[in-house]
Amino acid sequence: MVSMPIYGSALLSLCLLTGLTVGRLIGALLGVDADIGGVGIAMILLILGCDASQRRGLMKAPTESGIVFWGQMYVPIVVAMAASQNVRGALSGGVMAALAGLSGVGICFVLAAVLARKGRKEETDS
Amino acid sequence: MSILEGVLIKNGLLTAFALIGVTMLVSYWASEKLTRGRLHGSAVAILFGLLMAVLAGGKNGVADIPMLSGVGLMGGAMLRDFAIVATAFGVRREEFVKSGVIGMASLFLGLFVSFFAGGAVAFAFGYRDPVSITTIGAGAATYIVGPVTGGALGASGEVIALSIAAGLVKAIAVMIATPFLAKLIGLNNPRAAMIFGGLMGTNSGVMAGLAATDPKLVPYGAMTATFYTGLGCLLGPSVMFMIARALF
Repeated sequence: MVSMPIYGSALLSLCLLTGLTVGRLIGALLGVDADIGGVGIAMILLILGCDASQRRGLMKAPTESGIVFWGQMYVPIVVAMAASQNVRGALSGGVMAALAGLSGVGICFVLAAVLARKGRKEETDS
Repeated sequence: MSILEGVLIKNGLLTAFALIGVTMLVSYWASEKLTRGRLHGSAVAILFGLLMAVLAGGKNGVADIPMLSGVGLMGGAMLRDFAIVATAFGVRREEFVKSGVIGMASLFLGLFVSFFAGGAVAFAFGYRDPVSITTIGAGAATYIVGPVTGGALGASGEVIALSIAAGLVKAIAVMIATPFLAKLIGLNNPRAAMIFGGLMGTNSGVMAGLAATDPKLVPYGAMTATFYTGLGCLLGPSVMFMIARALF
């Protein structure tokens, strides 16, 4: 069978559509109108899907390129996302909104440092 | 001139590809020549993006300019999620499994810390009713958790607007601060990225912050961050509100 980039992109799309549906379903089950972990579920599906197709020899270079391309578009897409943020809205909230947003960020940076280091020490110890 | 404008508006996504492509080119050049690579090209590009959004000044940044509406599509949820899932291609499955538990634990820790920090600030600024305190605390989680929680609890429009602003400040702060603080907090491996994603949670902030630090870390941080907003919407109007009501 001929390998084509669209097969990769189609697999990627199916994973994301399934993930978003499952995420919404989990949300609905828990009674919230929000997606819980849709993208994470899609990532797991993609990893499993690629594993399975690789083992069957279905994942050839052209098919792969249909996935890899989108992964490489990630940074530019994030730049576009940054350019469409409501930055004025963030600035217009005044001191209280800024402090409310920043206080958590500050504490979480400290916690991230503590947790990340702790884990690494354990790893080198064992 | 109006002919060109018409073409650019009609082909919005292509206009976006061209604009963002040029932004990337200029950013990577500036990163190499002006900062000698100390500030990653993607970090410069994201800063440029934010700057453009400030100058445009709309609710959707530059996407509110008709000619640049395609930037909103390119940077919107659909393509963003598509690209982020694609970054999972080729990552090692064991990394997710190995750090799964601490990643999920950091998720709850991050949500509680943000709610309490945001709520404490609201209290310090004179808010005394549990609904407002919970809503502003929820905004300190993400700018989606804020209005969802506020809506469910019946918070005032002014408080909901404040919660959105708090969430936006958080997202932008994480975008900008992450590449500068990455070394200091040991953010250079998949495990740390999963912890970081869970603690910060703000999708756009984590994704842009990690992209500006090391694109290889993006799938790991995204994996945990993707659960944050949903969990926040679940806990905000329930557990967090009950805690706030018990305290105030």
